[in-house]
Amino acid sequence: MSTNILSVGALESEAIYILREVVAQFEKPVLLFSGGKDSITLVRLAQKAFYPAKIPFPLLHIDTGHNFPETIEFRDKLVKELGVELIVRNVQDNIDAGKVKEETGKYSSRNILQTETLLDAIEEFGFDACIGGARRDEEKARAKERIFSVRDDFGQWDERNQRPELFDMLNGRIDIGQNVRVFPISNWTELDVWSYIQKEGIEIPSIYFAHQRETFIRDGLIWSANDEVVYREEDEKIEQRTVRFRTVGDMSCTAAVLSNASDIDKVVEEIRVSRISERGARIDDKRSEAAMEKRKQQGYF
Amino acid sequence: MNVLKIATAGSVDDGKSTLIGRILYDTKSLTEDKLQAIEEKSRQRGFDYLDFSLATDGLVAEREQGITIDVAHIYFSTPKTSFIIADTPGHIEYTRNMVTGASNSQASIILVDARNGVVEQTYRHFFINNLLRVKEVVVAVNKMDLVDYSEERFNQIKGEIEYLAQKSDYKNQKITFIPISALHGDNVVNSSTNINWYSGKSLLEYLEDLQPFESTNDSKARFPIQSIIRPKTEEFHDFRGYAGKLYGGSLAVGDKVTVLPSAIESTIKGIHFFDREYNEAKSGSSFTLTLEDDVNIGRGDMIVKKGEEPRVTKQLEATICWMDKSPLQVAEKFYIKHGVNDAQVKITSLENSIYTDFSGEVTNPSKLSLNEIGKVSLKISKPLLVDSYKDNKSNGAFILINPKTNNTSGVGFIN
Repeated sequence: MSTNILSVGALESEAIYILREVVAQFEKPVLLFSGGKDSITLVRLAQKAFYPAKIPFPLLHIDTGHNFPETIEFRDKLVKELGVELIVRNVQDNIDAGKVKEETGKYSSRNILQTETLLDAIEEFGFDACIGGARRDEEKARAKERIFSVRDDFGQWDERNQRPELFDMLNGRIDIGQNVRVFPISNWTELDVWSYIQKEGIEIPSIYFAHQRETFIRDGLIWSANDEVVYREEDEKIEQRTVRFRTVGDMSCTAAVLSNASDIDKVVEEIRVSRISERGARIDDKRSEAAMEKRKQQGYF
Repeated sequence: MNVLKIATAGSVDDGKSTLIGRILYDTKSLTEDKLQAIEEKSRQRGFDYLDFSLATDGLVAEREQGITIDVAHIYFSTPKTSFIIADTPGHIEYTRNMVTGASNSQASIILVDARNGVVEQTYRHFFINNLLRVKEVVVAVNKMDLVDYSEERFNQIKGEIEYLAQKSDYKNQKITFIPISALHGDNVVNSSTNINWYSGKSLLEYLEDLQPFESTNDSKARFPIQSIIRPKTEEFHDFRGYAGKLYGGSLAVGDKVTVLPSAIESTIKGIHFFDREYNEAKSGSSFTLTLEDDVNIGRGDMIVKKGEEPRVTKQLEATICWMDKSPLQVAEKFYIKHGVNDAQVKITSLENSIYTDFSGEVTNPSKLSLNEIGKVSLKISKPLLVDSYKDNKSNGAFILINPKTNNTSGVGFIN
């Protein structure tokens, strides 16, 4: 099969270049896979970067135990199709071992507990590069993030002392004990990701599309009614609604949006005209203005 | 859709954040929840206006001090184009951020306060845009409302910058002047009704009409090899592909090529991207090549068209912008990263330190300190395949890495 002229889009080309640099510059890279659209996009890009060879690094999923079941199902299917290795580490193990304390009550979430499990996994396997799907347009602390972001032994982000990144040259030199977080889709926007999923025909978990769900409302946000995972006050009434998720994190910190967008074309159109940001439905960012920066300093993504 | 990367630069109070906020606001790129957060914070701080810098100053220290410390990236799009703005801080000590921002951009916006006119900072920004050969520079003369939208004042500033441009050795730079008021929105997204004497484009119209980087790149094809793809599966048993990104020109199936540094010649057999094959690949694309002959190629080697070979050298002369607290000195050793190639270098001489305000230079300085720019000579541990920066930006630049700290300490532009 031969077609005329290849002109890879700037964002896709950049991401593929970055993924190839990771494999060339590091001994033991890993792709952090959450089952969300951004990490699914990363997997497609990795597939393209090394084709016809297989993706040359494993996927790591830090499982909070509070995932949407649809995401886990999707994850297992994808891994099987691609023939890549999947490593799963559970936040529950650290809770059981008494290493971390679980939040309770209203707004409680295991989101922050992921950090400890991630750092443990990095140490256990000796990963020196962790590839993630974070984007600069998501949040203003992330807008300051580098493509190769150096972390120390404690996973800490030293935001005031970052390496300048010039042209395409990525400096991956680190000391023993340090690791690098790599963000190949740094420069993509939410709409870029959705448009790419549409163009490539990439499969994504069903919760991204409109469906019927038992929900309740708190602070103007729509939450999944799942009493085991999501704290609910007695007066917060459960109702059936047609919703979808724009971003998929933990069930306890990701709110749904009212939507009738039942396929990818409708989702792209909905994002295009949306006047609310993606993370507007993430309660983990709403804790304070500096919520993300603080978490990142402690080793969060 | 086109993606355009733009750097902004301006002095501390030129109103850069206001401008960016205005662009985001008028293009409806600021979502309601973000706008609401800005409104709340502005009120909390007792401002009677919306402080758009709250949208871009992402770090606690920045908000506390009310200044921008690090390059922030801002994204917005119009139906025609996606824009990425690298918002670089205007303080003198942050020259390195401006160089970083400009290195990844194809256009720069330089903000000038109409009241203050051309100040020392303007010279510096202009100097950096010259050094990095940023092709499109737009001088946005801001706060026109505070000088009664005076055409005379605007022309005065324009004249001063045009005089400055004559001193530059980069003659192909296109400089455009636009009178604006970021606060009131004159000529930012929408044309101004207050500035009748100006009939040119608004800032956004100007940016939308710029051509994307790849299509304007007319330099020779440079294909540095990032990695070798060898699947070793049954289906692709004999596949041996060379993966990389193309900088400049184009490559086509059947092209006679030279592999460097070995200087072995071969012919392009296939251009692969994922599960498809193509006849020709354009600059800026990442893809995988196969060759007709079995050639020994490794990471850091380069495939170019026959007869278009770059310089193969172990000696370089370059203009360096220093970015590290510990200064650059003669006889020091560093790692050099040139594209995907790594080597060691030794600084053999330091010719000068150039004043970034066009006022001259110091010859034979003892060192180059943080944010200083000067000409150096380097000796390299292995041959590199280089172009002069003016001929091919990507292949004409390198970074120096401090072997003790692993920090990116400087960037060089090859003469």
